[in-house]
Amino acid sequence: MTWVPLASDPDELVPCPLATGRELELMYNHMVVDLLDERRTDELFHALADATRRDILKRAIDGDHSVSALANAYPMSFAAVQKHVAVLERAGLVTKRRSGRRQLVKTDIETVRTASGLLDEIEEIWRQRIDQLDETLAEPVEGESDARQEH
Amino acid sequence: MPVKSIDKDPANLTMVVTAEFDAPVESVWQMWENPRQLERWWGPPTYPATFVEHDLSPGGHMSYYMTGPDGDRPRGWWRVIEVDAPKLLVFDDGFADEDGTPNPEMPTTTTRVTLHERETGQTVMKIETTFPSLEAMEEMAAMGMEEGLRSAVDQIDNLLSGVRSSG
Repeated sequence: MTWVPLASDPDELVPCPLATGRELELMYNHMVVDLLDERRTDELFHALADATRRDILKRAIDGDHSVSALANAYPMSFAAVQKHVAVLERAGLVTKRRSGRRQLVKTDIETVRTASGLLDEIEEIWRQRIDQLDETLAEPVEGESDARQEH
Repeated sequence: MPVKSIDKDPANLTMVVTAEFDAPVESVWQMWENPRQLERWWGPPTYPATFVEHDLSPGGHMSYYMTGPDGDRPRGWWRVIEVDAPKLLVFDDGFADEDGTPNPEMPTTTTRVTLHERETGQTVMKIETTFPSLEAMEEMAAMGMEEGLRSAVDQIDNLLSGVRSSG
């Protein structure tokens, strides 16, 4: 496994996705096993479906924000923000830890990457299929090329 | 670029791909109906597909394998649900055992293809893919890993920068 600094916080190391194919495969299988639980799957996608919660994920990458600090960032009650954080926590997208009297929220990068990466992978498959379909369309059908030339 | 839009909905496990081809609707339909045409684009370049069964009628069964660079042969199947040539095709697809038998333990995906020819002659193809679970998405994405892998860090950046402005 190769580790690289996170752009938003160079002290934080994350697994480098440009690792070798075998490493990626292992990492991937690990994530599959980790995420196959049906209920957790639903929670993950439900959690990501909300713009406020996605924004909380962005802010909580560095792990320095308390729930109250996050709550100040949104035009909604502390309780409402606390609820959003709870949804994210159940989905495994953030973890909470105590620091003195503060509850600090931190985004779990690996979980975020898994969910967003999956749809991107599948998008890539279809982009490729459609490009290939387009190329195939542009070629004359086998055995009919002569017939097409006739006037 | 034939791909016009891709709408991904992680909450509902669906993805809609819209593409436009400079060809009449019958030609685009042939890309699905003719197995020799279909196998030229269904698999990634390093995993070309070969369809050994191809029955594009309601209830029809399709069976194919892909040949990998190391000679590995992952197999897949389709079950045709609805056909209205040349404008509608609905099918389930999934993975199969080594002998081509559908593997009931592996997830299936439902794909709905609609074709529509513009007055100007181009054909718009819309593909709606519904995943029953994250597991199904995992499986499908894993099939394309060798070819389509992009930087996961970029993916996070994209996801997060997309919502930065709303904060």
